Amino acid sequence: MMKTLNEDLYNINENEYLAQQESKLEEALEMGLTEDEFNLICTKIKKKPNKTELGIFSAMFSEHCSYKSSKKWLKTLPTKANHVIQGPGENAGVIDIGNDLAAVFKIESHNHPSFIEPYQGAATGVGGILRDVFTMGARPIALLNALRFGSPTQPLTKHLVSGVVKGIGGYGNCIGIPTVGGETNFNQSYDGNILVNAMAVGLANKHRIFYSAATGSGNPVIYVGAKTGRDGIHGATMASTEFTENSSEKRPTVQVGDPFTGKLLLEACLELMSTDAVLSIQDMGAAGLTSSSVEMASKGSLGMHLNLDLVPTREEKMTSYEIMLSESQERMLMILKPGSEEKAKMIFDKWDLDFSVIGEVTKTGRLILDKDGFEACNIPINPLVEDAPEYDRPYKIIQNKKIIKPNELNINETISEILTKMFKNPNIASKRWIWEQYDSSVMGDTISSNSKSDAAIVKIHGTESTKSLGKGIAMTTDCTPRYVKSDPINGGMQAVCEAARNIAASGAKPMAITNNLNFGNPEKLNIMGEIVGSIKGISKAASFLNTPIVSGNVSLYNETNGKGILPTPVIGMVGVIDEVENCLEINAQDDNTLIVLGQSKNLIEGWIGCSVYQEITNNKTDTAPPPVYLVNEKKIIDILLKLNNKKLLTAAHDISDGGLLTTTCEMLFKNNLGLSINLPKSLFKCDSKDPTLHSWCFGEDQGRIIVATDKIDDVESFLEDGNIDYFILGKTNSSNNLNLNDKTIISISDIKELNNQTLPSLMGE
Amino acid sequence: MRSGVTIFPGSNCDRDIIVALKEISGKTPIKMWHKDTEFPNLDLIVIPGGFSFGDYLRCGALAARSPIIKNIKNHISRGGAVLGICNGFQILIEAGILPGSLIRNEKLLFTCRKTILEIQDSMISPFLSGLKKGQYLNIPVAHNEGNFFASETLLNELKNEGRIAFKYVKEANTDDDYNPNGSCNDIAGILSKNGKVLGMMPHPERAIYNLHGGTDGLKFLSKTFEKLIG
Repeated sequence: MMKTLNEDLYNINENEYLAQQESKLEEALEMGLTEDEFNLICTKIKKKPNKTELGIFSAMFSEHCSYKSSKKWLKTLPTKANHVIQGPGENAGVIDIGNDLAAVFKIESHNHPSFIEPYQGAATGVGGILRDVFTMGARPIALLNALRFGSPTQPLTKHLVSGVVKGIGGYGNCIGIPTVGGETNFNQSYDGNILVNAMAVGLANKHRIFYSAATGSGNPVIYVGAKTGRDGIHGATMASTEFTENSSEKRPTVQVGDPFTGKLLLEACLELMSTDAVLSIQDMGAAGLTSSSVEMASKGSLGMHLNLDLVPTREEKMTSYEIMLSESQERMLMILKPGSEEKAKMIFDKWDLDFSVIGEVTKTGRLILDKDGFEACNIPINPLVEDAPEYDRPYKIIQNKKIIKPNELNINETISEILTKMFKNPNIASKRWIWEQYDSSVMGDTISSNSKSDAAIVKIHGTESTKSLGKGIAMTTDCTPRYVKSDPINGGMQAVCEAARNIAASGAKPMAITNNLNFGNPEKLNIMGEIVGSIKGISKAASFLNTPIVSGNVSLYNETNGKGILPTPVIGMVGVIDEVENCLEINAQDDNTLIVLGQSKNLIEGWIGCSVYQEITNNKTDTAPPPVYLVNEKKIIDILLKLNNKKLLTAAHDISDGGLLTTTCEMLFKNNLGLSINLPKSLFKCDSKDPTLHSWCFGEDQGRIIVATDKIDDVESFLEDGNIDYFILGKTNSSNNLNLNDKTIISISDIKELNNQTLPSLMGE
Repeated sequence: MRSGVTIFPGSNCDRDIIVALKEISGKTPIKMWHKDTEFPNLDLIVIPGGFSFGDYLRCGALAARSPIIKNIKNHISRGGAVLGICNGFQILIEAGILPGSLIRNEKLLFTCRKTILEIQDSMISPFLSGLKKGQYLNIPVAHNEGNFFASETLLNELKNEGRIAFKYVKEANTDDDYNPNGSCNDIAGILSKNGKVLGMMPHPERAIYNLHGGTDGLKFLSKTFEKLIG
């Protein structure tokens, strides 16, 4: 292409101008910094920053990178246990799972971008979390996602669901990692701010974990992967502000994913990591080259000198500012053992990926960047990380203590009408329309996915023995936002306990947590209270269950025009099952006895406050959520795992949204079974609109799991010794009817049909 | 049996089929990188599933222009057997080795689910002669472009020559859409004129263990293996 002299002059002038021009306060404010923060920067670096330097500070000081509002509280989370190899602070958490293997996992949000551009936002969320995992030296083996959308009747919801699901599948299917589980919920509070949280789990040799701290002054800094373009500039800052009506104007700040390049990068990195060339490695995620170079240098207490002319770019004439702030995907920064560059380059050449030595590690403790012969940036690294603001924001934890008794319920419907409503509700109904769009069986190791059991199970390649296909990793994501809203502390505890119950109900032992804390604007007293309260609750339950938090992500400012989302602290939990043959499905067999573990025979009134029942019957939901008793939770998990190890169980299903009766129906669907429910005596002959009966059927009392067995005597004698509450619900039969008080109230196949049809009809099929 | 598995940039079921073939034959198949051109003589080449070259342009179109395709064609002309699974089937069509085309699924959605295949009345082929006509196999699919499309003439030709290997069929007592992608005449896999090349959308390597939900994929691959070693 012909270049005119003027164009060249203009180009040089721009980088020269950028290098020399001092930034003004107004520019800092535009980039999302406060006046105090701007003054702090000027003091710390002893000059007025130029635009590139200011951009770097604004990205590092953004909520997304600095966790400035939540850091104080995140530090209080329990992060240690004997099995923890690496807790929070690295690209992903790492736990020891035996056989010299480690599970490497993390969950991360891509909420703001997914609302603006659902396909790309969700796709790059998946790509980003996968890079976090393979950066640590692990091969990703499973993906999950926790999704929250707005009201199902809102027209935009359908567009967002369709785009997000296609985006998740588009990336995960192409890169060849199975998407095995997760959750999808709808609530009008997410109308203007959907949540897309992606979790990835990987497997590594526990002696071959890679970390990000830079080492060795003079060592080469290498850029690998895709070229840098102008996409996603200042994405981290965008993700740290509230939305307004004009948010669609922010579309250019959404990154574009390329799963094919992601796959090449994955294979090339793992191939290089099997040699001894890599000293440290960091993925370029939020705030791209800025956060990767700063974090690597900072963790190693070193400096970095980079020549931005050597960064492979997709477009011409990119400025130092654009290169540092771009969030182009599928890129990594590595520090190699000196002399291994050639060997490393051959691997990246084989996979047709860019490989460029862009600078070196220095002893200066400064980030120095050159562009077009000018010094584009020269700032100390410490202030970027150490002096990043940490706020002790004022908060107020509001706990709703209002208990609702059954006789306060306004009942117009029979039990069977309520059940019909339950399975017409997209929050309860099958998510098959969604999960069939995800490849859940690629890699050949998937044992259970997509609601076949309460947690997904993937077998661990290479642990096979003569008697077993080997160990398995169980995974789930859980959160009940309406409980957190009503009582943040209780809601935080409940999310952890439900996750642990789900892991146990699949036959695995709960091990550790990654969490994704999604909230509104932390500058508001009650929202900060939701953050603090739920962290307190999560801490308490995680300590008690010995499932430490090893990684996580915080997403704040999920508000549009001042309206915040329901507080949604998602718990991603990982467990281990020693022999995958012992996994438990939710599906009962014919002639099985169903037993509710954790439910007293004397329970007559169920806890109806804050339940799905209340939501769908238009009763008031501003009531206290069901209390969580940690001792009971731990006890039923232990007992369930013991029963399963004795091979006494055929199925298990945690009781959560929709209560006892909804959960029971779900266990009968697959094998077209029926059941006559054995009610407590005082509910005999209750009318189908009886409030107490309704509360018993649909109450959401915690700490309960329904198990199925074909060896009831053995189970009962074990339970009687175990000092645990249990209630025998009845025996499954082949009638396909649900009976209550000797009357058939509904045909299971009818509600099964509803369960399958709700989401497709919502999506217009 | 000497077997090889091709690997293109973006292949992602290569490891899965290698595990399955090793399970059956006790021998690890050789890996065949798409740019390599020197290979020993093999009894079976498998082109695995995945998204070769990101499925950019059209599924399989770029892979079909890779250097290794010449080796595959030579192998076929020597009477060698080739199994193309999913993206491998797409590549065989794009390379002109099998006829017809694979277009986007009827519902325009990626679909990952169980399917039931019925063995058709086909010509003699190492892939099918160990199985009975009318026999059912439970083998899952996972694809976005598996909708086999062909002219009436070609469809008749395939049928008359006994080159339709499997069709999707309905499970008893269900109302499910048994055909996952809308393919013409419910076709799930077709054979070459000599019966030695099979292209199929379903993934037999994902039905190897009971815990996969069934072992029909293992059965299919084992029978193929038996016939190939004679």
